[in-house]
Amino acid sequence: MVLLTRKIEFSASHRYDNPALSPEENRRVFGKCNNPHGHGHNYTLEVTVAGEPDPVTGMVLDLSELKKILEREVMQRMDHRHLNYEVPELAGQIPTCENVARVIWGLLEPKIKQGKLHRVRLYESPDLFADCYRNGSNEVTK
Amino acid sequence: MVAAGGDLRVELGRRYRFAASHRLHTERLSEEENARLYGKCNNPHGHGHNYVVEISVSGAIDPANGMIANLTDLDGFVEHEVLEAFDHRSLNEEVPAFRESVPTTENLCIEIFRRLRSFPQAKLERVRIEETSNNSFEFAGDNPIGEPVETGVHLEGNRP
Repeated sequence: MVLLTRKIEFSASHRYDNPALSPEENRRVFGKCNNPHGHGHNYTLEVTVAGEPDPVTGMVLDLSELKKILEREVMQRMDHRHLNYEVPELAGQIPTCENVARVIWGLLEPKIKQGKLHRVRLYESPDLFADCYRNGSNEVTK
Repeated sequence: MVAAGGDLRVELGRRYRFAASHRLHTERLSEEENARLYGKCNNPHGHGHNYVVEISVSGAIDPANGMIANLTDLDGFVEHEVLEAFDHRSLNEEVPAFRESVPTTENLCIEIFRRLRSFPQAKLERVRIEETSNNSFEFAGDNPIGEPVETGVHLEGNRP
């Protein structure tokens, strides 16, 4: 099995706020991420697909196809957007790195027809990221 | 082949930095053998690195805050358990574990994993350390770590 990874970057704003909590609790739980005016990040997304290289093309999947999927599913939805207000898939969720990674997994998994989505890694900053896997899929079986 | 199906697993990854000195040397070998084996890392006066420690934790995402673990809790735990004890220290002289074992980055991964695995809010999955930008090491205890590798290192009952 071979893993193939494609990286893209997008910029988006967000705010952490749970309407079920009081303003004081929100400030306590989320700190400066609760700023009512929001803030933003340059996100880096690494998408890893696992599979056997096709004997004819030598590819796990065509990178240009993956590039198109990422453009359509992620860039157009999230780049230069406000994640709280403009991404319906995140409605009702706090747009943390964990939740955004999970939503991206859900968007990409059904679109990848060659190979299998292995990992979605989303960096919110160089020191903070979330990884998403299908349970069991990082254990390579004989 | 890849195991099919299964639930989605989300991990939170966080990177920390510390600077420390060490010397690779073991009493089990002669001076000459140490010098040959460890080369310039055996310099009696030690040397240092800017270490980057990357840790991954897993768990359910709390719908109330969207988080696997609150970063403030995680940062505080790592600060207290690792960074305070390691940053600007001599690993050989000031970290008790390295009185018994050589402070290679392999052993450093195992020691940091041991110190962090009791993090209460989420499950520690693995520790990855960059000793330099060219060398990195990873330890996951008994957790899966990519392809199955028998490490021979088990931590049950090892915590002091």
